[in-house]
Amino acid sequence: MRKILFYSALLLVILASPFLFPDFRTQLATLWLMIIVSLTWDMTGGQMGYNSLGNIFFYGTGMYVAALITIGMVHPVGEYTDASRSELMLFTDGQYFTGVLVGCLGAGLFCAVSAAILGYVTFGLRGPYFAIGTLGIAIAAGELVSNWDWVGGGQGIQLPVYPGNLDIGKLFFYFLFAGTGVALFIFCKWLYGTRFGAAVNAIRDDEEKAEAMGIHTLRYKLTAWALSAFFVGVAGGISAFQLIHFEPLETAYQTINLGIFMVVCVLLGGKGTLWGPVIGAIAFHVIKEVTWNYLLGWQWVALGALIVVTVVYFQDGIMGWLVHKRPEWFGIRVEKKDVGEEAA
Amino acid sequence: MSAIIDVKGVTKTFGGVMANTDVTLQVEQGGITGLIGPNGSGKTTLFNSIVGYHPIDSGSIHFEGQEISKLPVQTIARLGLLRTFQQTRIYGAMNCVENMLISMPHRKMSFLESFGHNTAGDRERAEMLLDFVGLYEKRFLRSGSLSFGQQKLLEFAMALMNEPTVLLLDEPTAGINPTLINGLIDRLKRANSEFGITLFIIEHNMRVIMNMADTIYCLAHGKLLANGTPGEIQNDQRVIDAYLGAH
Repeated sequence: MRKILFYSALLLVILASPFLFPDFRTQLATLWLMIIVSLTWDMTGGQMGYNSLGNIFFYGTGMYVAALITIGMVHPVGEYTDASRSELMLFTDGQYFTGVLVGCLGAGLFCAVSAAILGYVTFGLRGPYFAIGTLGIAIAAGELVSNWDWVGGGQGIQLPVYPGNLDIGKLFFYFLFAGTGVALFIFCKWLYGTRFGAAVNAIRDDEEKAEAMGIHTLRYKLTAWALSAFFVGVAGGISAFQLIHFEPLETAYQTINLGIFMVVCVLLGGKGTLWGPVIGAIAFHVIKEVTWNYLLGWQWVALGALIVVTVVYFQDGIMGWLVHKRPEWFGIRVEKKDVGEEAA
Repeated sequence: MSAIIDVKGVTKTFGGVMANTDVTLQVEQGGITGLIGPNGSGKTTLFNSIVGYHPIDSGSIHFEGQEISKLPVQTIARLGLLRTFQQTRIYGAMNCVENMLISMPHRKMSFLESFGHNTAGDRERAEMLLDFVGLYEKRFLRSGSLSFGQQKLLEFAMALMNEPTVLLLDEPTAGINPTLINGLIDRLKRANSEFGITLFIIEHNMRVIMNMADTIYCLAHGKLLANGTPGEIQNDQRVIDAYLGAH
């Protein structure tokens, strides 16, 4: 009963916040983007113990796939992205919204398939090697795309602007992100309770033991990454329409910004917990916006300090600290050392 | 009875060290087979070879008539050939029941079934097996906080949860309180007779292995020294010499 009340209140806040804070609609939409990428990063990083630094690959790829699908359904892509073209290529309202729907879902599916293929190659790597390997993929993808003229090269791609009132447009993107985020949260909550969730945790805690118990480790790793990539791809697609114009290195495959932020959010909130990434993303986003507004010029220093403090002194994050301080809240019971062995 | 594991002429070297030289042995289906030998005689190496942890240099290993010496660990585990570790390996951050539920036999699940939740029946079975090894009272405790002996019992229960055909146990009684060893012998025997699991056991404790095994193989310096019933092994002069250090 208390749970129902809690989740209803939360849903109400999610629905009401863009109307209560109309000036912050874009900020709130970005907050949802942070929550989405943090939750998806935690699916492999926190729950499975595979710390990918390359999840931003799916964000960038999602952007491009969504844009290319939308454009390709109406115009020839090569002519559309040609920088020297003079005539304007327009989209009707129907074409725009079909593009958003089909583009974002297509982006998710494309990213899921890419994750399965990339995972087949990279899941042979463990620990820091996996992190660097995946980072390499994201950087390489950015460089390749920026030299690929058919998709606009270093210039990037210009998408049509939201048809109609721009304030409504901001609401539209807020609810697209929020809807995806809520769906993702419910999905994670369900997934972590299944046998699949337990198997993924087993891989994190002792992969060799999991193999020795006959768990299909590679299959589960690929599936987890593909599911995670699906949601990042969808979020990337939405971002593409929200940003209108994007280019490969700074926006799409932004390894040093969003690519690192998602990891910091999860570390700050607490790895391997359901709520940790959400709390971390909110805390991080607030800190980031405050420093960008009030510590301008020092914002990167402040952010760097936050990362250092989190990684060095606060590795378990907010949720991890709570679990440690109040294990009984999480149903964790520990053997009292003075009771001894006789009960065995 | 037929041989469920058939090891023929297995040789395994690490650099210049001959860990196993031309070892041939059979594990009978439905029985309890023991493997003894002084420290460093190659017992664990042989176990690792059987379950696929490393490739063997020569020879063959058959499980239920299938050649498995070239297969990777997971594939062999999925055939129903499971091992426990000398140094216990459990999931320390989780409680005992969670450890048990992680050990559900994934090889018997379809991909879609793995997205299901564990049923009440699965939980019941987990608790029944925890009760079987005597950890029922501690089932909700964080398993990492249990004593080494209790963790060993938990690992045994996890192996049973996995419903293996054959279970390879690497020193199941090492580190267990001597007063509990009789109970453990009884449980191992019951796992064999009630659950029908074929056991292949490395053991240093002679009293334990002589009480349980139908057949015992003795390794020394990586070579098979003797095999036979517990009675024959106990009276074999070569085995006695190997343990007492004579050459």
